[in-house]
Amino acid sequence: MLGTGILKGMLETAKNFAGSYHDPARLTTVEYPEQRIASKENARQFPFLVHDTEDPMKGLRCVACQICEKECPPQCIYIVKSKDKRADYKGQMQLYPVTFDIDLSVCMSCQICVEVCPFESIKMDTEFELSNTDRFGGLLVNKHQLAKSNDHYRKIHPSEAAASDAALAVEVAKAQAKAKADVEAKAKAAAEAKAKADAAAAATPVGAVPSAPQPSSPATGPAAAPAA
Amino acid sequence: MTLPFAIIAGLTVGSAIAAMSLRNLVHCALSLVLTFAGLAGLYLQLNAEFVGFTQILVYVGAVSILIVFAILLTRSTEPKDEPATVTPWIGIAVAISAFLTMALAVLASPVGKRAASPMGEVSVKTLGQKLMTDYVLPLEVMALLLTAAMLGAVIIAMKDKEGSR
Amino acid sequence: MAELFAKLDALPVTLKHLLMGLLPGATPEWLVSVVSAVLTITPILAVFPLMFALTTVIERKGLGRIQNRIGPNRVGIPLTDIRLYGFGQFIADGIKSLIKEDVVPRAADKVVHFLAPIALLIPVLLTYSVLPFGKSMVPLDLPQTGLLFFFAVGASTELSVFMAGWSSRNKYSLLGAMRAIAQMVSYEIPLILSSLTVVMITGTLSLTAIVQSQSGVHFGFLHNWHLFTPWGLVGFFLFLTAAAAEANRTPFDLPEAESEIIAGYFTEYSGFKFAIFFLAEYLGLFAMCGLGITLFLGGWLPPLNIAPLTWIPSWCWFLGKLSALIVLFIWLRGTLPRLRTDQLMAFAWKFLLPMTLINLVVAALWYLLRDSLPLYARWPLCFAMLAVPYWLLGRGFEAKFTKREYRYA
Ligand code: SF4
Ligand code: SF4
Repeated sequence: MLGTGILKGMLETAKNFAGSYHDPARLTTVEYPEQRIASKENARQFPFLVHDTEDPMKGLRCVACQICEKECPPQCIYIVKSKDKRADYKGQMQLYPVTFDIDLSVCMSCQICVEVCPFESIKMDTEFELSNTDRFGGLLVNKHQLAKSNDHYRKIHPSEAAASDAALAVEVAKAQAKAKADVEAKAKAAAEAKAKADAAAAATPVGAVPSAPQPSSPATGPAAAPAA
Repeated sequence: MTLPFAIIAGLTVGSAIAAMSLRNLVHCALSLVLTFAGLAGLYLQLNAEFVGFTQILVYVGAVSILIVFAILLTRSTEPKDEPATVTPWIGIAVAISAFLTMALAVLASPVGKRAASPMGEVSVKTLGQKLMTDYVLPLEVMALLLTAAMLGAVIIAMKDKEGSR
Repeated sequence: MAELFAKLDALPVTLKHLLMGLLPGATPEWLVSVVSAVLTITPILAVFPLMFALTTVIERKGLGRIQNRIGPNRVGIPLTDIRLYGFGQFIADGIKSLIKEDVVPRAADKVVHFLAPIALLIPVLLTYSVLPFGKSMVPLDLPQTGLLFFFAVGASTELSVFMAGWSSRNKYSLLGAMRAIAQMVSYEIPLILSSLTVVMITGTLSLTAIVQSQSGVHFGFLHNWHLFTPWGLVGFFLFLTAAAAEANRTPFDLPEAESEIIAGYFTEYSGFKFAIFFLAEYLGLFAMCGLGITLFLGGWLPPLNIAPLTWIPSWCWFLGKLSALIVLFIWLRGTLPRLRTDQLMAFAWKFLLPMTLINLVVAALWYLLRDSLPLYARWPLCFAMLAVPYWLLGRGFEAKFTKREYRYA
């Protein structure tokens, strides 16, 4: 009959209304500044730069390759490369960013910079209270503000950080293995070179003996011809 | 002539003039509505409450909407740059003759000569009873006319639909 | 005890007489009438806008609860931690709309654009002048034309809506105005026809007389409200439906459907003019509810004619019934989705109009049978005469509502 649907709907809304006073399932709102819910692990807001050492500026993993700068869809990253190089976490000599700015007002939290970075050096933060009273300077975040420790990363995204750490460990292990192999290869090469040199040194007196008298005895003509 | 009458009469005449002379059709319609409202005020001044409020209900509430819809649905409301009325003389002559006819008719009728209505205040009940007894024929004729108009509108609308098919 | 309450009942009237007594004896007569008018108008202008302000907060809180939210609960006294459960919200809103910039579109018709909100608010306020708020508390008693005055003045709001929509020079505004006018014109007919039953039975257009006519008593305690008759019961719900449409309330809020045409005819209004539209809309709703109360719910009469209830002042009863109806409308708003335009029109012309016409006939029958049939036979008979067409009309209608065809989807 016409109208029964309306009554049913009104009963439902009445249940919601009454339930909101005693049933937490019918009142899911959290009153934000006072109450907070724990942030979800996959939450993401704004990128930060990971550093490994005590001094954030020395330990930045970023090598200023500028891939993220190129890939960022709204083009909100600005990087200036260094002139000199310094050792990275693997001990390899790399460039580092002199300037690394992200425009907070332009970033759209797409995480593409994180996806493309080959060095596990830029990650997404979960901090969301980013408002600022200075709308020009305050929204351009520089590398000092961006730098956050790897421990922070482990805290906000535990599983992701573990994967990242593992990947880095593999890299380091590879590098070490390579270094070791290099060292070994070098040692081997050196050894080989040495052996060769030794061999050469050993051979030289043998060859020198018959050749030494060569110019000294013109009488041995047939013997000198093959040598020439 | 009391002050309220002067105000209402001035408003009515002024808005009627505006309704004729304004360039924008919608403005004209709005002024016309003001004229209707002024007329209702005059009825109220004459203690004809029922007629006054019916005037508001029918003219201000319904007829004005009809006019406005007619304007919006038939032509653009942009004022056009054309010269004002060709020659106002014919119009003025028609208006004067119409006014004279009506004035003469009113003067000749016994209404003016009779003193104030002996019945005092006419109640809505008596109005209704009169309508249903003495004046039932005019009422029915009017009803027929309106029904015919409505049927006509329906038929026009229906034809339109067939044409679009 | 009862005497004290009687005094309380007459308090507003006594207060007015007291204040009038303060005028010096030599005051000219016109001044006396002006002061008297001002003293009558002031409480109306104070009580109902205040009620509007509170309703905005309560509505938002109620809708919040219905939607599993909390609703506004922050604004309280500034610079303190006192929050008043959010009931300071309307003051903040009022201040905000007062100090907001008043933007008028460059292409707008400035004069009409300016006049529209005023032309809307004034008729709405005028409708309050004939409502009887309590025993001998009616600002303007029109014994011949009370109800007609209400509808006549109420009908002139349509033109203001058109003025607002047309003068803004905005497509959404014009569309909203067209929708609003079409809706108001269509729903005015069932509105008036459903009120006409009461006029037919009581034989008067005076609202005070209509309230008085409901003061008879059944079985020694039950009041003779028109709601308790079959035609009154059906008429009241028909009236409420049409009133919701007149006041642009959900589910009939097409003229200002946010998801379709922004804010309808007041899209181009900002600041205080917008607030006036908002105010006029709610005051219109309250006036409609007040009329419904007067016609069907016994006006300021208590529901039962027994001692403690009759002690409560009559104006409290009126305001209490008004609040109950407002809550009902908020509840409906939280429940129902918006109708489509074609459904809206079909509902008015194919359901409401036939029902009101049948209701008129039934009311006439009720009146004619009053002597020949006892109440217990008359009631079910008349009710059945209304229930059957309701069922039949509703059945045809439901089939329409459930079937959906998306031609271009
Ligand atoms: S998250 Fe997206 S938008 Fe933001 S800096 Fe990274 S790539 Fe650019
Ligand atoms: S953050 Fe990563 S991708 Fe961007 S410049 Fe630094 S190393 Fe390259």
